[in-house]
Amino acid sequence: MNGRRTLAVLISAALAMALPAVAIPQGFAGLGSTADGFAVPHPGVPLLFPADHGAHPDFRIEWWYVTANLQGEDGAQYGVQWTLFRSALAPGNQSGWSNPQIWMGHAAVTTKGRHFVAEKLARGGVGQSGVEAQPFSAWIDDWEMKGLPNPGADPLDSVSLHATGKDFGYALDLSAKGPLVLQGDQGYSVKSAEGQASYYYSQPFYDVSGSLDIAGKTVRVTGKAWLDREWSSQPLAKDQTGWEWFSLHLDTGEKVMAFRLRDSRGGYTSANWISADGKPMPLPPGSLEVTPVRSARIGDRDVPVAWRVRIPLRGLDVTTDPLNDHAWMATTTPYWEGPVTFTGSSAGRGYLEMTGY
Amino acid sequence: MFWTAATALLSHWRCRPIQFATLVFGLSLATALWSGVQAINAEARASYARAASVLDQNALTQLVPRDGNSIPQATFANLRRAGWNISPVIEGDHRFGNVRVRLIGIDPLTTPGKVGGFEPDGSNDLAAFVSQPGVLIVSQATALKLSSHTDMQIKIAPDIPDGAAFTDIGMAERILERRGELSRLVVAPDQRPDLPALDRLAPEIAIKPPGDRPDVAQLTDSFHLNLTAFGFLAFAVGLFIVYATIGLAFEQRRATFRTLRSLGVSLSSLTLLLMTELLVLAFLAGLVGVMIGYFVASLLLPGVAATLQGLYGASVPGTLTIRPEWWATGLVVAIAGTIGSSAQSLWQVRRMPLLTAAQPRAWARARAVGIRLQLLGGLVLLITSAILAVFGHGLSTGFAVLGCLLLGAALMLPGVLSAFLALLQRQSSHALVTWFWADTRQQLPGLSLALMALLLALAANIGVGTMVSSFRLTFIGWLDQRLAAELYLTARDENEASRLRAWLPAHSTSVLPIWSVEGDVLGDRLQIFGAAANDSTYRENWPLLLGTADVWDRVAAGQGALVNEQLWRGKKLSIGNELALPGGWSVPVVGIYSDYGNPRGQVIVGIDALAAHYPNVPKLRYGVRIAPADAPALKERMTSEFGLPAENVIDQASLKRQSRAVFDQTFAVTGALNVFTLGVAGFAMFSSLLTLSGVRLPQLAPVWAMGITRRDLALLEMLRTLALWLATFVVAVPVGLGLAWVLLSIVNVEAFGWRLPMRIFPTDWLVLGLVALAAAIVSVVIPLRRLATIGPSDLLRVFANER
Amino acid sequence: MLLSLRNVSKSYTTAEGRLEILKSIDFDLDAGESVALTGESGSGKSTLLHLAGGLDHPDTGQILSVGRDIAALEDQGRAEYRRTAVGLVFQQFNLIPSLDIGANISFHARLAGRHDPGWERELVQRLGIEPLLARYPDQLSGGQQQRVAIGRTLAARPPLVLADEPTGNLDEVTGDAVLDIMLSLTRSAGAALLMVTHSSRLAQRLDRRVHLHGGKIA
Repeated sequence: MNGRRTLAVLISAALAMALPAVAIPQGFAGLGSTADGFAVPHPGVPLLFPADHGAHPDFRIEWWYVTANLQGEDGAQYGVQWTLFRSALAPGNQSGWSNPQIWMGHAAVTTKGRHFVAEKLARGGVGQSGVEAQPFSAWIDDWEMKGLPNPGADPLDSVSLHATGKDFGYALDLSAKGPLVLQGDQGYSVKSAEGQASYYYSQPFYDVSGSLDIAGKTVRVTGKAWLDREWSSQPLAKDQTGWEWFSLHLDTGEKVMAFRLRDSRGGYTSANWISADGKPMPLPPGSLEVTPVRSARIGDRDVPVAWRVRIPLRGLDVTTDPLNDHAWMATTTPYWEGPVTFTGSSAGRGYLEMTGY
Repeated sequence: MFWTAATALLSHWRCRPIQFATLVFGLSLATALWSGVQAINAEARASYARAASVLDQNALTQLVPRDGNSIPQATFANLRRAGWNISPVIEGDHRFGNVRVRLIGIDPLTTPGKVGGFEPDGSNDLAAFVSQPGVLIVSQATALKLSSHTDMQIKIAPDIPDGAAFTDIGMAERILERRGELSRLVVAPDQRPDLPALDRLAPEIAIKPPGDRPDVAQLTDSFHLNLTAFGFLAFAVGLFIVYATIGLAFEQRRATFRTLRSLGVSLSSLTLLLMTELLVLAFLAGLVGVMIGYFVASLLLPGVAATLQGLYGASVPGTLTIRPEWWATGLVVAIAGTIGSSAQSLWQVRRMPLLTAAQPRAWARARAVGIRLQLLGGLVLLITSAILAVFGHGLSTGFAVLGCLLLGAALMLPGVLSAFLALLQRQSSHALVTWFWADTRQQLPGLSLALMALLLALAANIGVGTMVSSFRLTFIGWLDQRLAAELYLTARDENEASRLRAWLPAHSTSVLPIWSVEGDVLGDRLQIFGAAANDSTYRENWPLLLGTADVWDRVAAGQGALVNEQLWRGKKLSIGNELALPGGWSVPVVGIYSDYGNPRGQVIVGIDALAAHYPNVPKLRYGVRIAPADAPALKERMTSEFGLPAENVIDQASLKRQSRAVFDQTFAVTGALNVFTLGVAGFAMFSSLLTLSGVRLPQLAPVWAMGITRRDLALLEMLRTLALWLATFVVAVPVGLGLAWVLLSIVNVEAFGWRLPMRIFPTDWLVLGLVALAAAIVSVVIPLRRLATIGPSDLLRVFANER
Repeated sequence: MLLSLRNVSKSYTTAEGRLEILKSIDFDLDAGESVALTGESGSGKSTLLHLAGGLDHPDTGQILSVGRDIAALEDQGRAEYRRTAVGLVFQQFNLIPSLDIGANISFHARLAGRHDPGWERELVQRLGIEPLLARYPDQLSGGQQQRVAIGRTLAARPPLVLADEPTGNLDEVTGDAVLDIMLSLTRSAGAALLMVTHSSRLAQRLDRRVHLHGGKIA
């Protein structure tokens, strides 16, 4: 078997270049940020729902990203992730095997002691994976995020979420208790000083109930979930090496979305303060300060897993602490994604995503 | 002391270099043929396994269409969405220019297997693989052929069989014009628990469990069994040489053994010394043998590869890899063979009393009792063979029949010869003649192994030769009937094909479409051809074994199907049986046709019925009837006027020539092995005679002393050898014919599915007889020269008192 | 004169050089006479016997035997001489192993064209080997084998019998018996006997005794 490589290696080598442009900037250098033939986000373009819940195949990358902070009937804390990525090798969405859209699903369940991960790949055009806006359905194989009948409401207000992987699975019902939230400038979210940007909106107000299957045991859970929707063709600047991204449910009912893109200069930050009734208050660049507090050894990397997060403009100064230091997504392109709790000026729960470590 | 004793023992070989050479060469030869054949088999099997694992992913469960057509894309999506971890494949044959490849389209995102060791060279491979113009992953050889015929990117991977190309499923879908029709689905090893049942989700597809052995490996089984049988035969013959030589060397060293023992070398030390000596010799000879074997295999492999390609369409590289499985077994076999052949001699050394005076023991160990036992054993084997032939079935039974027949005949040979010689002895009145027969009979035990070897080699030659010649005669007659059209055309695409259909009728007597689809019939995947059964060509020429009176009318009307002999025998069909064809229609079997050289079953239906039930059938190939004199002109016009490439127009004569070439190539290996086996048998004869000539002197000296010249004695010795050879040859003819009968009537039917009439070719025997005679004369010349020119003093030594 | 050697010399080339075995030997034997040839090992007595038997050539000298100049004969002629004129009895009995005793006995006579069943029957009776006729040589004891060898030789009625230590492989009692029978049968056949022996005791029983020493007659 010496010298032979599996096709999986071929794929991972290739995908590392092409796909996780979505999530992982450092792998994206090869493609550059100019969009050949792809559409490019422009400020001032209004987002239309439910149409924009669906896929935008003329843009290079897109995702439907759900994270949930859950509590079991056993009293334990859990985290759940459900993500569908879309990455186009070329614009367009014709039917059949020549379809250039490549889909990738990630699912995870985090407990205090364990972190379960699964990944799926599919190509578009043949029905194996895709997204439809109304009635809403985003699926890859047997994983699905599906709009539940809810006449008159937004298709995303009420959804079910389902995924299974090795030794885990979940089936959750998500019900929105607040409106959709546009990030950045009416959904136009700038990602670098040079002006790279994406369309970005969220639904941070989901209440969750459902069940988790963990190693053959079923746990009833309830909690909160957060959906991010983002699409773009020019994701990051060349010198950006990774990011920290926080979604925080404050006990007050307010929500905070904050990220820092690391680069050679000092990073590009962005934050949005969302009132309890869902009004976004985007904060100017530079309003956010994040500092690592503690690192964990994961494999051969040191990953900062606890952070001090400050937004002086809103008087926020909290320290986040992960439910599980080892919430490492050992997927085709690896990253850290896990539930956190925070204390300090405010308290609450949320999710942390870190790439580029 | 050990060394001193060893030196004394080894000095024997210095005095008898020829004996030494005989031993080493005999063992080397035996090992060579064995390991050569094993090398070929190992190479071929590795190649099948590689092809199967690479091309068919046969280590995995597959989902295949039940009716032999295709799986809709939607079924794939439905199964995936139900949780089945499966990967789609679209495959088919495609011509890039004039290069035909098996195109296998895979989905790199879901495929669980490997693609032939393809090494991604870093960035953007996936993007390039799934994007236009696409990538073909092929072998080195295929890459060379393809390079000028496609604008797709060509990448070379080490493990891909020649003539196959991997590409993205999207490319394959487009090139093969499949529009979402999948050939099969590969089931990944890791599956979610509690999968919903397949028959509820997609009743139109069937589960094909992982094949432990590739189809082609099963098809070629009989061929490899054949090779193995030959290799083993040659090995056995070679061991006769070793057995005889070791026996003689031990016999001649009895005095040395006794001296060593009386000088205080213990029995165990002596045995140890002899064992060591033999093992070292066996190892060296085995090494030489493996090297010769590699050489032999390299010589034969291109022929074998051509055979496998011609007979089974199996692609085997013409170059040999040094694989431990054959060279290690070669060495082991050499050593085991030596130990086996020397066990008796070693045992005798251990039992040899310390002080018994050296007696000129009779070289012949097996006496009347032994010969009689052998005769009885041989008879039992022959009867077993007959019983198996009548009541048994299956390929291995066929080979058991062969084995029993050959071994039985060989075992009986010395007894039969002995009885025959006794008869001759009684019939003769002249003293010298009486002595001649008596003495010949006396020689039998010493020569019987060599004679048995000769019998096996001769019988194998006659049997296989008769089989091949019968086959060839039948095949060529059949070819003449079957290839009736004057020209055979292949259009490059459907568009050109429809132009051909329009153009040809004005330029020829008639046009016969040669269209076929593949599908599942009676559980096997096989080809269904269409025939323009109304055309007189079929009625007049197509060779039918059986058929109803109105066979062609019924085929033409779409109300009957022909099946080939293979399918008929394999599925035990009879005329009138209803045959369910893919796509849910069925027709009765109305005729059986012979179809030599095709390892698989085949069905012929009316051309209209074929086109009606399978509208997508590729309509590219045609036979054209025209007055033979006008054929060259039409061929010329096909290229110049119509614009078909010259290689797409084949005339009948060259097609027949090609078919014959494939046929002859097919049996070239058998012929070569035959020659090798005969060579080994000749050498066995030579070494036995040489061995005997050493112990003959005391038997001949008294006759010489009583007034027979050395020249006459040498002449008699020559006559004796020839008489034994002739007798063996006479016995070999019926044994060989028996062998041919078993091959034609049992083994071929089981292995290939066709039965052939046996033809007899006495001139072939004559040639073989002359070759064997030459071998016998060569084998006797050296020993005889020795005898004819021996000095009186050497003969007198026999009478010397101090022996 | 049945056998006459004149000025016969014979030497062999050995590893140590040329070894002279017989040096200008003159020797005569009359018809019907029996002569014992004695001498120590290597004195040349077997060589002399071989030369007289036409089994080997002398280097120089003349050998007249049974009316032939055998030293001058070619292979073919010497074979004919051995077949018809001499009978050889050796210490190694040299029977033909593939033939039964009956066939062995008549073998030489048949080769010589003098097959005489009556004479053979008489010989067999007198040799006492009648019950052994259907057996094969390797089923016989040494004494029995030598009797067969003698019978075979005499059955061919050769004018000259040459014997080389015929009792050398036999114990004394058997040897004596065999010698008795050989002498009496040779006499009744009217054949001359030249017998090599190293035993003076046996030599005394013959008509004459010739002693070889260093290749010469002493």
